Parts: sequence; structure tokens; C-alpha cells
Amino acid sequence: MNAINRNELDALNRAVLEIDVNNHPGVMSHVIGLFSRRTYNVEGILCLPVGDGRQSRIWLLVNEDQRLPQMIKQAQKLEDVIAVRRHNANHAVFSELESFFQA
Amino acid sequence: MTETLTGAQITVRLLERQGIRTVAGIPGGAILPIYDALGQSTAIHHVLARHEQGAGFMAQGMARVSGQPAVCLASSGPGATNLLTAIADAKLDSIPLVAITGQVPRAMIGTDAFQEVDTYGLTIPITKHNFLVTSAEELLEVIPRAFQIAASGRPGPVLVDIPKDVQTQAIEIGEWPEPGRALPAPAADPALIEQAAAMINAAERPILYLGGGVVHSGAASAAVDLAEKANLPTVMTLMALGAMPVDHPLSLGMLGMHGARYTNLALDECDLLIAVGARFDDRATGKVAAFCSKAKIIHIDIDPAELDKIKTAHISITADVSDALHQLLPAVAKNDRKNWGDRITALQAEFPFQMPGADDPRSHFGLIRTVAACLDNDAIIATDVGQHQMWVAQAYPLRRPRQWLTSGGLGTMGFGVPAAIGAALAEPQRTVVCFTGDGSILMNIQELVTAAEENVNVKIVLMDNASLGLVHQQQTLFYGERLFASQFKASPDFIKVAQGFGIAAVDLDAVANPCAALMEAIARPGPCLIRASIDAEQKVYPMVPPGAANRDMIGA
Ligand SMILES: Cc1ncc(C[n+]2csc(CCOP(=O)(O)OP(=O)(O)O)c2C)c(N)n1
Repeated sequence: MNAINRNELDALNRAVLEIDVNNHPGVMSHVIGLFSRRTYNVEGILCLPVGDGRQSRIWLLVNEDQRLPQMIKQAQKLEDVIAVRRHNANHAVFSELESFFQA
Repeated sequence: MTETLTGAQITVRLLERQGIRTVAGIPGGAILPIYDALGQSTAIHHVLARHEQGAGFMAQGMARVSGQPAVCLASSGPGATNLLTAIADAKLDSIPLVAITGQVPRAMIGTDAFQEVDTYGLTIPITKHNFLVTSAEELLEVIPRAFQIAASGRPGPVLVDIPKDVQTQAIEIGEWPEPGRALPAPAADPALIEQAAAMINAAERPILYLGGGVVHSGAASAAVDLAEKANLPTVMTLMALGAMPVDHPLSLGMLGMHGARYTNLALDECDLLIAVGARFDDRATGKVAAFCSKAKIIHIDIDPAELDKIKTAHISITADVSDALHQLLPAVAKNDRKNWGDRITALQAEFPFQMPGADDPRSHFGLIRTVAACLDNDAIIATDVGQHQMWVAQAYPLRRPRQWLTSGGLGTMGFGVPAAIGAALAEPQRTVVCFTGDGSILMNIQELVTAAEENVNVKIVLMDNASLGLVHQQQTLFYGERLFASQFKASPDFIKVAQGFGIAAVDLDAVANPCAALMEAIARPGPCLIRASIDAEQKVYPMVPPGAANRDMIGA
């Protein structure tokens, strides 16, 4: 088993990231690319514009593993990322959506 | 007064205003409007590369020697994809680059149009930032910002993809934006500086570990001042070579995979590691858990994402390393550290760096040392990638920041020749030497004609072992001597090749006095290829085997 799978299995918890970004085509690829290149699965994604639409807010549900602090720092480095906030997995944003995701 | 200009003219004007005087590139359909405008510019000299990767590395050469963002140009599709390696290389070595590509017209994007490729998507992971420009107005914001981003903080490559119809769109311009410049970095936290100084003052066996960030931030002399004041033995990464002169009494040279044994052993004993603008790359650290395992760590870097990435530091300081070192200097006490100095001297005596054949110009080390003897510290030294690169890193007396151009992070064969051309274009008063291998040179051999056309003062020293030497070495040492695909069965006549491309060539094998021939070839202005046979059995030693701790080196 490679280290990355182990990382994911060892993830005891999940975390929710709240990311304020400039709203333009490509910003989602920039953010998500940080995860995909590290084979770090993103379990849930939500994104909608905020305010006048010049900014959007991306919500990510991710497994909490030891790479998460580095992921947050990498996300903060992106030019179009304005702020990154970390929440616990029980944040309402995803739990209130559960009814849309019944198998 | 307003003027009406096209997107292409605006782009060129913004480059001029930015102070760009030389660009490298290759035209094609989707960037022809910009080329048309560039052709009208009297301020900018365009160097016509023969492959876009060559153009990218020429721009890198300019940026590496000047520290300022440099520009390369390519058309859409294959032009853009050919640039990718040079962009990725700039990302890993934190080189400020602005790559401008043409794109198919906006209305055709997404239709699989002729020479359409998703340049924006392709470059997301290999740029610091990238733009797909959607109007001529936007250029006024995007181009200065591209330069600002490339130069600010930790430098890096920025790509600007400009659709052809944006290049031809005419708009009225009333006012020009300010050129994009590096933004000042946030100052180091004084409390952390104080703690770091206290930790340095309390340390008995500290080592200063300099990375490429020291060169990028212009902090080399501050680093040397700090080392001298506090008597800090100093190691350098491949990227930092030249930050402290190798023959400085406190210099322990390069650390890591091909560092000297005494260097890695000293690191193993240190009780404090002061990492400055370095990122604990695996080639520097070896097995991370065993790297400086007894040491506390102070880590100073402008990029907060580097702090605690590989090793958790006791004190992490986000700052421009030049500022941080200047703040640290007065707070650090003078200290002769006699015991530690004696211990280092003993390690150096017991585990010295061996340079067999250094007096024989027909051996690998001897050739490098003879070239060095023909030059002074003003020379610029570029390399390709392979054994020759490591031998030069070990043996060339580098003494000046920005003297040394090598592809560190990506390790790209083909880097050397075009990077050397770029360096010579940016600093025509200097002699530029490019050490290359017979594998690497073929990866961008076409740029020899560019060297001839531009008549750059580049001396290419081809260390010809008729093999992919570093691969040969790995197969010999770690794959049961099963040599496969590492020895060339056919080799070109490099002398004829060079002459065919229009540059002078000297075969050191064929001359009676190689020292004199080298001296003459290096002294003669203009491009020249100097070829010498090198024994393919030679190894880069000492070496940390893959996965091993730095203290467990093999070889002499
Ligand atoms: C573009 C690229 N392809 C492959 C490699 C892997 N590689 C590293 S060193 C090397 C051999 C280099 O041979 P040469 O340029 O002749 O130098 P030598 O090692 O013989 O001095 C190879 C193939 C690389 N670094 N870059």
C-alpha cells in the first residue's frame, strides 16, 4: 500500500474548507488541481457567487490527513484565493445538503 | 491625448514600458499580430529561437543572471506545448519568467480549432499564475500584473495566453498603467528574529544552510556577514552555489547527494540548522528523518508554504531572507566557536573531498579546473544535467551569486545551451561557459545556430562520454551493472555539427596541448564548442544512495 492510501485511510476525521476566491473561469481548476495532483480526494464541492458576483465562495469537504495544513498553505498562495478558513466536518453547509444526496 | 492601438501593439508597448529589451520566441499564426507589432519596436530585440523550449530557457538565462523577469513568446498549440518544460523548470527553481502565447480567436476556443490547445489548463500546475486574456482592455491590467506576480515574493513563471482576436482588437488608450514591479514582502516578526538570534547565540555546533532563495533575494553578502560574525560553518544547496565563495574559510560547499563527506557529516553533528531560502529538497536532505537529527531548526523563507513542509522547524520565519538576515545580524553575538571550528577542521582532514585527476585536463575534474583557470569570477557558468553537472558543482570554484545557472529542481537536460545564450544576451560583457554532456546537448542542439546568429560569447564545453552518464552510473551501482539504453551506439561528429551550425569548434582530444587550446578557445570572442572525451566509467562520488541517510555515502 502506498503512503498516500495509508494517509487517506488513517484520516479519522473530515474537515470543511471555506475558500473565498475571485469569480472567474479557471479558479476552480486552480484550487482543485492542488488536491488532484497529490491524489488527495475532495469528497464534496460547493461553489456559488457571493455579493455582487465578483467573488465566489468554494466549500470543500475533505478527509483530514497530515497534508491538510500544507494544502491550506498552498491554497492561500493562489493569486485568486482571498481567504481560506477551516471548519470541522460537522459544519452545516454540507450536512444540510444531505437530502439531495440520498442513494 | 489618446491613441488607438491594437491588443498586439498594447502588449508590445507594455513590454517596452516594463523595461524589456530582449525577448526570445518563435512566431506562428496565432501570435502573428504581436510579432507584427514587435517588428515595429525599436526598443526590443527579438531573438529567434529554433525551438520554443530553447526560447523558454533563453528567457530563463536572462532572468537567472539579472534577477529580473524575462520574456519568451510562442504561438498557440505546439508552440505553447513546446514551452511547457521551460516553464515547469522555472517554477521549480523559482525563476521570474513571463511567457506570452498566442491563442486561437475567442470564438474558436473550445472547437478543437487548428493549433488549439488548452494552454491555460496545461499551465495551471506549472506556473505561479496564468491568464487567458479576454479583451484588449484587460491587457492593460494583466501584463503589468504578470510581471508583478513573477517578481514578487517567491519568484516564478507567469503565463499570459492571448487570443488572436484580442491581439487585433483596437481600443483607445488614454493612460498607461505603471509597470509591474515586485511588491515588498512583509517584514519578519521582530520577536521571532530575537528568538532566532538567541538560539544561534546559544548553539554550540550551528550550521548555516543556504538555498536558492538567498540568491533570488540578493542576500548573499548578508548571509556571509552573518556567517562571519557568528562563525557559522555554511553549506549551500545546488541552487545557492556562489552565495558564499567556495574557498571562504567557513564554506563547507554543497550538501546532500553529491556533497563532500565532511559536509554531510558536519550536518549530522550540528545542534542548530539555520535554513535560509532553502526548501529541504530530497537531494539535499537524503533520508529526511536522519537529516540533522540532533539539530534544532530555524527556517527562514519568503514562502510560508515551505515552512514545516518537510521538516518541522523550531522557529519559522516568513520573510524576505535579505531583510531577515539584516535584522538578525545585529542581534547575533560574535562567537569564535573554537571547538566546533576545530571539529570541522578535523572532519575536513579525515573525510576530504577527493578530486582525482584535477591536474589532468583530459580528465573530468581536470577539464573543469582548467576551464576555471582560464576565467575569473566575472564568468558565468551554466550546465546541463547529468554527471558533468554534478562534477562542475563539486569542482568549479564558484564565488559569486548569479554566477551559476543550473536546472536544479526539474533537472532538465537541454537547459544548458539556451540558458547560456540567454545569459550572454543579458550580460554581453561576460564570458559564459556551458558545461554539457553528449546526451544533454542534443536536446537543444538546434540553438547552436541561434548562438551563431546572435554571435553570443558562449563557450560550450562538451564532456563527451558517449553515454547518458548519470543513468549509466545508476545502472552500474544499483541495477546490477545491467547497462540498458544508457550507451550510445552512434554519436554525431560534434565538431562537424557545431561547424555546420556556424560556430567554431575545437576537439581537445586532437590537440597536443589541451590547456593552451582551451585558453585560446575561451579567449576568442563569440560562440565556440569545445569537445573532450570523458571516460564513461567515471562516477560522481561521493554519493548518497537513493533512500539512504546523508551520513551513509558511498564512493571515495
Ligand atoms: C529531459 C530529461 N530527460 C531525461 C533525464 C534523465 N537523465 C538525467 S541525467 C541523464 C543523462 C545525461 O547524459 P549527458 O547529458 O550525456 O550527461 P552525463 O551524465 O553523461 O554527464 C538522463 C537521461 C533528464 N534529466 N532530463
